[in-house]
Amino acid sequence: MSDQTPGFAAARTVDQMVDDVLAAPEAPPYLIDVWRRFKKNRLAVIGLIFILGLVLVAIFAPLIAPYGPSERTDVFRGSPSGDHLFGTDIIGRDVFSRVVYGARVSLRISIATTIIAMGIGVLVGAMAGFFGGFTDGLMMRITDVFLAIPYIVLAVAIATVFGRSENGIILVLGLTGWLGVSRIVRSSFLSLKELEYVEAAQALGFSRTRIMFRHILPNALQPIIVYGTILIGSVILAEAALSFLGVGPQDPTPAWGLMVSQGKGDLANAFHLVLFPGLAIALTVLAFVLVGDGLRDALDPKLK
Amino acid sequence: MTSYIIRRLLLVIPTVFFALSFLFALFYVLPGDPATLIAGGADRNPNAIQVEQINEKYGLNDPLPTQFVNYWKATLQWDLGESFQTGRSVNEILGQRAKNSFRLAFWALIIEIVVGLSVGIYSAIRRYSLADKLTTVGTAAMSAIPVFVLGYILQYAFAVYPNKHDWPEWTRLRTSQIGPPGSGDGDWFLFVIPMGEQWRYLILPAVTLAAVSTALTARMMRGSMLEVHRADFMRTARAKGLGERQIVLRHGLRNAMLPVITLLALDFGAMIGAAVLTETVFSWPGLGSTIASSVLDRDLPVLLGLTLVVVLLYSILNLLVDVSYAWFDPRVRLGEGKDK
Repeated sequence: MSDQTPGFAAARTVDQMVDDVLAAPEAPPYLIDVWRRFKKNRLAVIGLIFILGLVLVAIFAPLIAPYGPSERTDVFRGSPSGDHLFGTDIIGRDVFSRVVYGARVSLRISIATTIIAMGIGVLVGAMAGFFGGFTDGLMMRITDVFLAIPYIVLAVAIATVFGRSENGIILVLGLTGWLGVSRIVRSSFLSLKELEYVEAAQALGFSRTRIMFRHILPNALQPIIVYGTILIGSVILAEAALSFLGVGPQDPTPAWGLMVSQGKGDLANAFHLVLFPGLAIALTVLAFVLVGDGLRDALDPKLK
Repeated sequence: MTSYIIRRLLLVIPTVFFALSFLFALFYVLPGDPATLIAGGADRNPNAIQVEQINEKYGLNDPLPTQFVNYWKATLQWDLGESFQTGRSVNEILGQRAKNSFRLAFWALIIEIVVGLSVGIYSAIRRYSLADKLTTVGTAAMSAIPVFVLGYILQYAFAVYPNKHDWPEWTRLRTSQIGPPGSGDGDWFLFVIPMGEQWRYLILPAVTLAAVSTALTARMMRGSMLEVHRADFMRTARAKGLGERQIVLRHGLRNAMLPVITLLALDFGAMIGAAVLTETVFSWPGLGSTIASSVLDRDLPVLLGLTLVVVLLYSILNLLVDVSYAWFDPRVRLGEGKDK
């Protein structure tokens, strides 16, 4: 290497150097720092442990659940007991087993939805923020129109179009969930695109796509990650609400919201039918909210 | 300022137009023929002549663009049509449901303001105290409980359980599956104050509807108060020897209220127009649950008529919020540069 002229070396690698310095993933010490700060927040750690536990429950559901999700026993609407921890439902299915299998449904729907919503939201927000002007105006007006319709009405209407099923609800929540993401990404891009390193990248003649996604996006990741975590929680809430209203997955599916809806008929004698699936939703959402809060403080200590 | 308001009002028109046109278009993509459903449901094999008559009556045979133009012509004259399901005038349904929704939202908003603000302020001035920590955890937990689960838990604890165990009459709250009794005006003093037994029906749905927003308001109030606490003018106020009470209420609160007012206004809109879950749980015949069931029943006139009002309400509240910013804080200049 020593026989190369410095000028030649610089010209050959300037492209890589800029990328390495500006767009490379954050150096490990930063992540260690983030983890150290995250660890200090006890509630967030509890939330994280709960989520990891829930993932394990979802994966090993057949080993944990004593009965199948739609297996019928001969105890109808039985109260919680040693045999049936959370009791049994109107047609004799074990509520504990259904709640355990329900973790699969909830996680499947919320993760798929969040990926769709983040994908569309980042794309739209990045374009609106980066190009500005007409593109920005048009995209923001489109989000205005959708935000003007009450979210739950929009979701019920679209869910009815896609059919009342698990995939239908993933599409509905994905196609409505990006509105908030795009606004956040847009505002990050609006301020980041004025910085010197973007100007430098433009001077070097990089394509706009490359500047948007390799130079600006990595610097806009913090709010996106935090919003994404909280979005998973709100997607689980929205999914539960739509299942409750009957436009989500249909009967044999052990969706938590649907289970609450099926149990609401007899509060006086079988309150456990509403209570346990309801608690499952609440605890899961709470865990994601706590982890999201913890991440926000850990990623950006200045904000606290 | 006037030109700003006019410009914003003009912007409401395309938003409302596209929002409703979107729902209109969506309706025609919905599976199931509305006329068949009205005539008795697809599974009951309704009489073909009857289906034809219904199609004729509501103009469902016209080409889609004609239907679309006719819809907007009628709507602009405030003729919202009649319900496919019941044949009642949508204007009439709207009036009734809006009244119920308004009453429920009014009390939920009161709870949100009283509880949310006081909890938020208290936990901000006693930062890091036990009460503050409890507030932080409590508000997070409150916003994580699904509204309908909270509704059933409250219903069980305050209505079903006392009833089952024959507690004395005064301890029991009511939840009726047939909606509030005598929704007529007689039972409400000054339109919103429940009289007689009415309050027993009102209290649980109002608390349920208020719960999540109250938690968010408390959180935001706390954050906003803490932010203001660091401001220079607070130090000045202290330096000139004002009492702590006056500093917090006169100087702190007034400045910290701005973002909270936005939240309250938008919440009020959502409570009136989109309280679908609370209204469903408590069988409270309001706007939100009627809109949701109109989608399921393919009742297009009800869906569009009620949504129109809700969308208008949202837009107007949004505008009021932006205008109130300038009112509360003279430093905010409206209409300069880009809006938002």
